[in-house]
Amino acid sequence: MRGLKKQRRIQVIVLALVCLVGATGLIGFALRDGINLFRSPTQVAEAAPAPGEVFRLGGLVAQGSIRKGEGVHFYFDITDGANTVAVKYIGTDLPPDLFEEGQGTIATGRFADGLFEATEILAKHDETYMPKEVIDALKEQGVYQGGEGS
Amino acid sequence: MLNELAHFSLNIALGFAVLGTIIPLLGATLRRSSWMQLASVFATLQFLLVAFAFGVLTLAFVKSDFSLRLVVLNSHTLKPMIYKIAGVWGNHEGSLLLWILILTFFAACAAIFGRRLPQSLLARVLGVQSAITTAFLAFVLLTSNPFTRVAFPPFNGQGLNPLLQDPGLAFHPPFLYLGYVGLSITFSFAIAALLEGKVDSAWGRWVRPWTLAAWIFLTIGIGLGSWWAYYELGWGGFWFWDPVENASFMPWLISSALLHSAIVVEKRDTLKTWTILLAILAFGFSLIGTFIVRSGVLTSVHAFANDPERGVFILMILAVFFGGALLLFALRAKAMDSRGIFAPVSRESALIANNLLLAISCFVVFVGTVWPLVAELLMDRKLSVGPPFFDLAFTPFMVGLAVILPIGSTLPWKRARRVHITRLWPVALLCLAIFGLAWAMQTGRSLIGPVGLGLGVWLVMGVAIELYQRCGRGAGKARRLLRLPLADWGKAIAHAGLGITIFGVAGITAWQVEDIRVLEIGQSAEVAGFTITLEAVEDRRGPNYLTTMADVALSKQGNPIAMLHPERRYYPVAEMPTTEAGIDSGVWRDVYVVVGDAQAEGGYAVRIFIKPLANWIWTGAIIMALGGFLSLFDRRYRLAPGAARDPGRVALP
Repeated sequence: MRGLKKQRRIQVIVLALVCLVGATGLIGFALRDGINLFRSPTQVAEAAPAPGEVFRLGGLVAQGSIRKGEGVHFYFDITDGANTVAVKYIGTDLPPDLFEEGQGTIATGRFADGLFEATEILAKHDETYMPKEVIDALKEQGVYQGGEGS
Repeated sequence: MLNELAHFSLNIALGFAVLGTIIPLLGATLRRSSWMQLASVFATLQFLLVAFAFGVLTLAFVKSDFSLRLVVLNSHTLKPMIYKIAGVWGNHEGSLLLWILILTFFAACAAIFGRRLPQSLLARVLGVQSAITTAFLAFVLLTSNPFTRVAFPPFNGQGLNPLLQDPGLAFHPPFLYLGYVGLSITFSFAIAALLEGKVDSAWGRWVRPWTLAAWIFLTIGIGLGSWWAYYELGWGGFWFWDPVENASFMPWLISSALLHSAIVVEKRDTLKTWTILLAILAFGFSLIGTFIVRSGVLTSVHAFANDPERGVFILMILAVFFGGALLLFALRAKAMDSRGIFAPVSRESALIANNLLLAISCFVVFVGTVWPLVAELLMDRKLSVGPPFFDLAFTPFMVGLAVILPIGSTLPWKRARRVHITRLWPVALLCLAIFGLAWAMQTGRSLIGPVGLGLGVWLVMGVAIELYQRCGRGAGKARRLLRLPLADWGKAIAHAGLGITIFGVAGITAWQVEDIRVLEIGQSAEVAGFTITLEAVEDRRGPNYLTTMADVALSKQGNPIAMLHPERRYYPVAEMPTTEAGIDSGVWRDVYVVVGDAQAEGGYAVRIFIKPLANWIWTGAIIMALGGFLSLFDRRYRLAPGAARDPGRVALP
């Protein structure tokens, strides 16, 4: 009886390890497609991302830059104070409620011929909140205005 | 005056929490009965004092007492009453107070219902629970005091985030907290058992109702949150793999595993160490969730005003309780000796497989959630982990779980024979046929639809077969079916609920039709056989908002179905716009319409979704919770068969 219990315990542990290894492999595999790097306009200007790479671009929506495109698409610029990237929104969702000029935003998409084609845009979710990455990007350029950690 | 009294009573509660930690734990070690008896008194006093403070805070919100900073920041006289009350927990300080209220409430419940527990076990449970209360009360009083005054009270408040002004969200946090914090009592039981050095089936029977209750609340809380996100955010999704969503999902996965392993402890007196570990992990993940939500280390749609200092405090609580518990576990786990033995094919093995899959899937979610942190700290790279990761890495484990579930739940304990599995063959064939049919009918679409369809039918039919077998042979089947223990009904209903949810998730993921276009007033769009006409757009006024409301007519082949009213609201107090989708709900599909801004060249951007089986997701969640609820009222928790053998060892949840 003692031996059987030990055997069962070893079987369970082996099974658990197999699951864990499987999960780790799956995680590693999925992480290759599932992650998006964050870049600020300055980082894009310094080192152009590979064409076709999906990444997230964050900063402020430049004043006076939102222009209508065809249909529901539109153009705007994302800036971090030092550099600016032109963005074309080609997504299928409507822009978020708090998407406005002068506000922080993060756009997800790919870079093609000097234009960032965004399929998704995020804006802050209430009056006091700005994505942490955007705050960091603005601080790096010394243009961030606001309280610590707001 | 009342506010000062409430603040003061929180301080007193902290004092009782410290005493309630030290005296019972020492008493249990030194075997002093009179010291141990004090545990229940301290637990009850803590609850009464915290309840008083919470009541006063609620009253301040109801009366719009703008001498409190919290009320100024989160309330407004124009707000409907229900949202004034919901405003109590719609912010960091108030929600922490609610958290502590529930913490002490569960301790008081344990004190009342646990009178028949062995004295030292109860004293230790309440001692550990008081230690948790101590930590959180100190946190509230030192960093997040809800009773902070303002020197010059303004005439009106600054309102509440409009997104939170919704019935779905008003009740989402309390349920979620009942779930999170409910796991604290299982944690306390696990620690108490480690200190006692003894886990037996009575312990398993004791822990299960608490886990079950926490799990029911978590299920409802997560379901409400997902439903709210679906109809309120205007994106039409039901789950975004957002860090904060994951923070609530991880304890759910672990507590689901715990729920099942506690049965093995109770019925078969084995798997003890693992169950203890799960109980520690479940509450550990609740604390990790709290840390993620409150510290703002991860970018999320759930914006609490974040503060690094608070994050550090919670990290310390997390380190002390989680780390301490794991250390204690490492030192004491050897003392738990299992007795039951079982064959490779048996209910025990199936439940181990269930536990492994749930724990591993939780691990996957955990890695995906904290990966941005790891990458930033170790590689100095900013990145986010998106839904593609979770879809790829999480789904296979859920599919595996759903495949083994009906098999495992019909297997007998100890050792199964071939017949136990072969009788499921007809159902398996039927599901494969459904899968094949669905796959053949849809060409070039995601495989998840047919797979989910097949699995959903597999789960529900599996439940039906199991119930049919449980009522035995011969006449009187129906009567025997009705006399099945409530726990069996609960199990069947909860498993069927899971099947229904999987069915819904698969349907909405695989067969959704979406469309976006600019419509002028009077123009129509044809989407998947539906005709959607934008008839009018006009400005109106709500109780505390302005709204641009559209009239959208929905019809199919000329027959009108419904008139939808998607809105764009503007809340002047918070200076914030929100989107309200117009949804025509149906059993087989939802039609979901969002109207955007007016376009410069005329017309409005209109986003249209046809979402098959959407409501099945939340219906399934409610059915799962209902199953858990039925199980909670099983006779054995009231009569406790162990009582005869082991008097004084059994108590009610």
